[in-house]
Amino acid sequence: MSLAEAVRRFVPDGASVAMGTCLESMIPFAAGHELIRQRRRDLTLIGPISDILFDQLIGAGCVARIQAAWVGNVSAGLGHAYRRAAEGGQPRSITVEDYSNYTISLALLAGAHGLPFMPSRSGAGSDMSRAHRGMIEMTSPFDGAKLLAVRALRPDVAIVAVQRADPEGGAHLWGNLGITEEAGLAAERIILLAEDIASEAMIRSDPNRVLFPAFLVDAVVHCPGACHPSPVQGFYRRDHPFFAEYHAATRTVDGMRAWLDQWIYGLPDRAAYLSALGGDRWNRLRQLRPAPAAPVDYAW
Amino acid sequence: MPGDVAPGEVMVAAAAREIHDGDVVFVGMRLPLIAFRLAKLTHAPRAYGVFENGLVRGVPSPEALFTMSDTPNVVGAHMCTRLALAMALLGRGRVDVGFIGGAEVDRFGNVNSSYIGPRERTDVKLPGSGGACDIASLAKRLLIIMAHERHRLKPAVDYITSPGYLRGGDDRRARGLPEGGPAALITTLGVFGFDSQTREAVLRSYHVGGSIDHVREQTGWPLRVSPDVRETPPPTPEELQLIRALDPDGFWTRAG
Repeated sequence: MSLAEAVRRFVPDGASVAMGTCLESMIPFAAGHELIRQRRRDLTLIGPISDILFDQLIGAGCVARIQAAWVGNVSAGLGHAYRRAAEGGQPRSITVEDYSNYTISLALLAGAHGLPFMPSRSGAGSDMSRAHRGMIEMTSPFDGAKLLAVRALRPDVAIVAVQRADPEGGAHLWGNLGITEEAGLAAERIILLAEDIASEAMIRSDPNRVLFPAFLVDAVVHCPGACHPSPVQGFYRRDHPFFAEYHAATRTVDGMRAWLDQWIYGLPDRAAYLSALGGDRWNRLRQLRPAPAAPVDYAW
Repeated sequence: MPGDVAPGEVMVAAAAREIHDGDVVFVGMRLPLIAFRLAKLTHAPRAYGVFENGLVRGVPSPEALFTMSDTPNVVGAHMCTRLALAMALLGRGRVDVGFIGGAEVDRFGNVNSSYIGPRERTDVKLPGSGGACDIASLAKRLLIIMAHERHRLKPAVDYITSPGYLRGGDDRRARGLPEGGPAALITTLGVFGFDSQTREAVLRSYHVGGSIDHVREQTGWPLRVSPDVRETPPPTPEELQLIRALDPDGFWTRAG
């Protein structure tokens, strides 16, 4: 399935979308850009930290609500678009529900298990829990401990980047996993963006590396370079200057608009984006030192 | 040479000394990452680093990092898995020391990295907790790293993202948090400890070139000073050499 079709079919206006679940790596920028290009509106974005992807969607006016632990630019600082929306309602106002990385994980874990909430010791006494629709103080029925009940989150869709997937939805993801498993299991639908398409036999040769059963996956999109400027272990490194350039370019509303025109609205798809990036830059990020794992043998 | 030492470099050396050999360290980003690597290379070779993205490293990454999920941080890790595992180590009390930064801190070590001004009509929307609230809630010793300016070291923060000692005294326990709490506040001007009874910040040392009066001027609460306050030991030549090798462009320690 093409990325444009997957986004059209499975991410309607008003949807809640979990993305960026590995933290700073494997962020499915290509999918976020397609949401912007198709001018999705009133989205709820769910994630742990979000290294500039959420900022871009907010700046493009796609977002009504944020349920996340952190939104900004990890190596450059604050997210200008996030600030403009939260402080001044530009280009539209947004509702922010603050989580920590632990509590967003617990909310999705509760969703993944079909439970109404998970208890948390983290966050007690903080202001995060005050006036938060998703957190209520509770007492442990076993030992009287004061805890926070963190309400389940069940995203409409989780968009997950993987190194390789088979056409049926089996996939391998390696490197830091963040909250990817609980996000995928909690979501109604899963869209996979794969750097490589593999055979089902190849994926099944190493089932420990699979995060979700294939029957939960709704779309497999072959999308090389889907995560630039974030890194994909084994495929490409993080493009650090890109984050600094984005930070400088988006200080103003006009700058944000120009950035969106240059990198998203003016380009039809991910292949065009990678061309616009320039062959030299993209090739440099793909010059890697090999570090293969020892193979395992599932002998039986 | 001391005149040439940047505040960031003094802070990294001071932070590294707070890591004991064999500690499990919830590392975080920026200066703490360099402090962890410095400690590993000097006095704490058996310390382990835990990263909230799911990484456990007993050996520093082979290259400088901009984020914990950069590809060099994954290669050769002792473990690479999910965030929930890193948080389980915290929750189960297996993390000795954790680092956080922030925009504001108060005299009980409560940290704000979420909102400047009232939450409903915020003047500045900061990125938020990330894992900071979790580290502050659950690590046995919390180390807070801050730029030292009067508007940042406030009598009360606008929003408690990460709980320190809350209202001081026994308030952590009363609110349901485990023991632990801030062990040190390391700023661009000095290092504070926390009174074992009242839980107020107490100035332990001021950095080279500064003074107690300068710290007082830049602190938004009535400064308490330890009876044995002294100058922060500056980085040794060996430490300074390592810090500069770990941050060759000065991106984290010499910028700003």
